[in-house]
Amino acid sequence: MKPNKIVSSRWMEGSGPEAETVISSRVRIARNIRGIPFPYLASDAQTKHVQELVSRAAASQEEAFGQFTFLPVESLPPLEKELLVEKHLSSPFLARESQHGALLLRCDEAVSIMINEEDHLRIQVILPGLQLEEALQEADGYDDRLEGEIDYAFDESYGYLTACPTNVGTGLRASVMLHLPALIMTGQANRLLGALSQVGLAVRGLYGEGTEIIGNLVQISNQVTLGQTEKEIIRNLGGVTRQVIEQEQASRQVLLNENRARLADRSWRALGLLKYAQIMSSQEAMQLLSDVRLGFDLGMLKGVDRRLLNEMLVTIRPACLQIAAGRELNPQERDLERPERLKTLLEEFKESV
Amino acid sequence: MLCQECQQENATIHITKIINGRKTELHLCRRCARAHDELDFSFEPQFSLHNLLGSLLGESMRGSREALGTAKVQCPSCALTFAQFSQIGRLGCSDCFTAFDEQLTPLLRRIHGSSRHTGKVPRRNEGAVRSARELEKFREELRLKVQKEEFEEAAGLRDRIKALEKEMEEGGSSEAK
Repeated sequence: MKPNKIVSSRWMEGSGPEAETVISSRVRIARNIRGIPFPYLASDAQTKHVQELVSRAAASQEEAFGQFTFLPVESLPPLEKELLVEKHLSSPFLARESQHGALLLRCDEAVSIMINEEDHLRIQVILPGLQLEEALQEADGYDDRLEGEIDYAFDESYGYLTACPTNVGTGLRASVMLHLPALIMTGQANRLLGALSQVGLAVRGLYGEGTEIIGNLVQISNQVTLGQTEKEIIRNLGGVTRQVIEQEQASRQVLLNENRARLADRSWRALGLLKYAQIMSSQEAMQLLSDVRLGFDLGMLKGVDRRLLNEMLVTIRPACLQIAAGRELNPQERDLERPERLKTLLEEFKESV
Repeated sequence: MLCQECQQENATIHITKIINGRKTELHLCRRCARAHDELDFSFEPQFSLHNLLGSLLGESMRGSREALGTAKVQCPSCALTFAQFSQIGRLGCSDCFTAFDEQLTPLLRRIHGSSRHTGKVPRRNEGAVRSARELEKFREELRLKVQKEEFEEAAGLRDRIKALEKEMEEGGSSEAK
């Protein structure tokens, strides 16, 4: 049977503050269990033990974890694992290389707790729009719950101890996923984003470390985890994000004033291609989705909404296409399947409104 | 120059070995060089974060007399040596932080601009951390008072510090029981 729709994650809602530029806000905190080596040095029995400790801690707190599903990575078919990565619910490492890796996933897919990643525990929260404080608060709550059952590795001067020194202290990595078409089109992005590294922030593409910027999607995250409080880290990132949003909005206005007709044409053409093209690479699809999104955000184009655009971003990924097709597809076959799926989603949307 | 082993490819890797004053030279192409097991380094560029960290550490150690000794420092719990840590850039367990404390503090300063956690504390550590942070604050105040030659207040602070230190010692030992 073909599943007609991938289950939507909370971050895809397209709602939340600043949804015109901020797709999602993500927070993850790294924790380890005292007395057990970090996962990459731990024995098979030890990582298994970690998995049991965490699943037991969650099971004993029905009210907090009742909405969670426990997913041992080994039990999942390969495509399901990749789908979790494409939806940003699992790291590539957890899905592909971890030993006794597992995921505690909340049913709205806003919270995923990764077990036996680089650290024993990584509590991750992804919310739509600019909601860093809210995401931190959620993560913090689950951290408190788990800490009641699990003795964390903590040092009075170094804070929470992690396998990689770049995570020590708060163990907190916060990031925002931004859509910055106007800054990129007007050639201002490099200068602006380059300046971010000077204030301790990192800039990446959609799928994390080492990925290039495609579809005008840019991820900004904190680098420093030690010597600042969680709130300070979040406040810094939020403050800088607001400035980037302002610049993006100003550039959109300039584009709109100078090239309104061209912009509208570009968005409608993109939508036309999404509807009628027969062969499409993922890179082309991402650029077209960006063009359509900009047109929608500027009020020039109808027939889509942000949730649909976010779902399409995931739909065009390899695992998602193969799950939808119900069989394995090579890259050429995927380029044929991709426009089919996009068409279906656009038609379903049209019927639903 | 052709590779001295296969005599076909250009030699792009040149190695000079000096062992007990005897100098030997090797001129190899990439493929032949890779086959040499004793050349203990990879020719594939690997710019992962962890390697980068390792080199950050390596740089600070180079030229230091203690470097050799430090490389051998070993974590008593997980047996990771400092040399291994500088290579993989990841620690093995929570006790590594104590074992490599001396080298880690400067590294963390370089990465984060600080080596002291000021954020969240697990509930079971709260008491100890609050005291430690207070102690640090008192010590800084004491330093300032002494600088300003306000000795009376300094004496008061010194007594509070002593009391707090004693309290922490007792608290610490009772926790260990």
